[in-house]
Amino acid sequence: MSEQNCLVANDWVCGEYLRTRGQELTDATVQHLGITVASVVIGVLISFPLALLARRRKAFAGPVLGLTTVFYSVPSLAMFSLLLPLFGLSASLVITGLVLYSLTILVRNILAGLQAVPEEAREAARGMGYGPLRLLWEVELPLALPAMLAGVRIATVSTVALTTVGAIVDYGGLGTLILDGLHSDFKAQVLTASVLCVLLAVLADLLLLGVQRWLTPWTRATAVRGGRGPHRRRAATAVEPEMPEMPEKVA
Amino acid sequence: MNAISGAYDWLTTGANWQGEKGVWHRLSEHLYFSGVALAVACLIALPLALWLGHIGRGGALAVNISNVGRAVPTLAVLVLLTLTPLGRHGDLPTLIALVLFAIPPLLTNTYVGMREVDRSVVEAARGMGMSGRQVFARVELPLAYPLVMTGLRSAAVQVIATATLAAMAGEGGLGRIITAGFSLQNTPQVVAGAVLVAALALVVEGVFVAVGRFLDPARGRA
Repeated sequence: MSEQNCLVANDWVCGEYLRTRGQELTDATVQHLGITVASVVIGVLISFPLALLARRRKAFAGPVLGLTTVFYSVPSLAMFSLLLPLFGLSASLVITGLVLYSLTILVRNILAGLQAVPEEAREAARGMGYGPLRLLWEVELPLALPAMLAGVRIATVSTVALTTVGAIVDYGGLGTLILDGLHSDFKAQVLTASVLCVLLAVLADLLLLGVQRWLTPWTRATAVRGGRGPHRRRAATAVEPEMPEMPEKVA
Repeated sequence: MNAISGAYDWLTTGANWQGEKGVWHRLSEHLYFSGVALAVACLIALPLALWLGHIGRGGALAVNISNVGRAVPTLAVLVLLTLTPLGRHGDLPTLIALVLFAIPPLLTNTYVGMREVDRSVVEAARGMGMSGRQVFARVELPLAYPLVMTGLRSAAVQVIATATLAAMAGEGGLGRIITAGFSLQNTPQVVAGAVLVAALALVVEGVFVAVGRFLDPARGRA
């Protein structure tokens, strides 16, 4: 009876809400996840060739980094609204906006990772007769992986948070529940959806951290050094990959 | 392309710029929210980060706050603050949310900037007999300056962006033009509002870059 009342009393925390609206929450979470995953995957697919091109041609690097940074400065509500005439009210509108935001983080990190690959490693592979493709795939990519995945983690976490703004076009996943909750003054819905959203970001980050450690077992071997945790790379040089200046993106 | 020409028409119609719901009024609200919030955030974050950087402690705090900031959706914070009793106090929820989101970039960049100052330079300054205060003012602060300004710029852009979202939670600012356009199903107005907001964010970013260069203590030196 008391739990029944928490919906009537409009409490912040309400077990009854979870029970009766579970389906709605699940649907929103699935939509949220779908939009996030699609955005990050498309972002990686676009930024990888961009980063390769930017590394090959100096003249190309400036415009790419500059343009993606300009996209990054556009507020999310404006970004989604600017894309409205192109896509209409659709999930692809939200995904396109989020992809544009992820590009700057991903390109910078992939580029930084590739540039941090020691020249000796490249030379050695070339000396062993590796072609450019095999060099990229078997030597450069694994060595650049920690920096690249660090970028993917940052992009994923901020994408999870930014997806909520998609609520303006009704494709905001949990954000849509948050905005509906505001309009109907439904506190339990707002708090539950907000907490789920943060949990989603944290879980995605942990998952990617796990993937990173699983894919780069050699980085764990040097955990002792400096007491800074297991994230040090063991590549032939003592030089940490120079992390590019990373802008914040929350809204 | 209709929406683009429609947006152009909307922007060039004088009536849309006048009055309570006009562009000028929304712009002044936007700049008022952003300016106050940025000033408050600076008053809180800069002294703290400079001090922590000077004594070399609290690095985990400074860096983790920025990571937490990334994971927390701005919209959720705005809506949550609006639904608390604070919501009855007009602008307060918006201002609090803006300050909260401006603090992480300020804190992180300033701290990192102070810590990245070459230790041997600091040692040398101490060896020359400089006091802690002098080392701070004459060595650490000028050398940390570029990153501090980067933090300030990120915070400013962040605040402008968040002030746009405030419109979704019912407060004023330029975002209102967009949300009002949505509820009127007036796509040209939505696009026009978005153009204004995007332009403002880019202009603010540009202004901060220019001011940062102009005030750079290393300007004109090798």
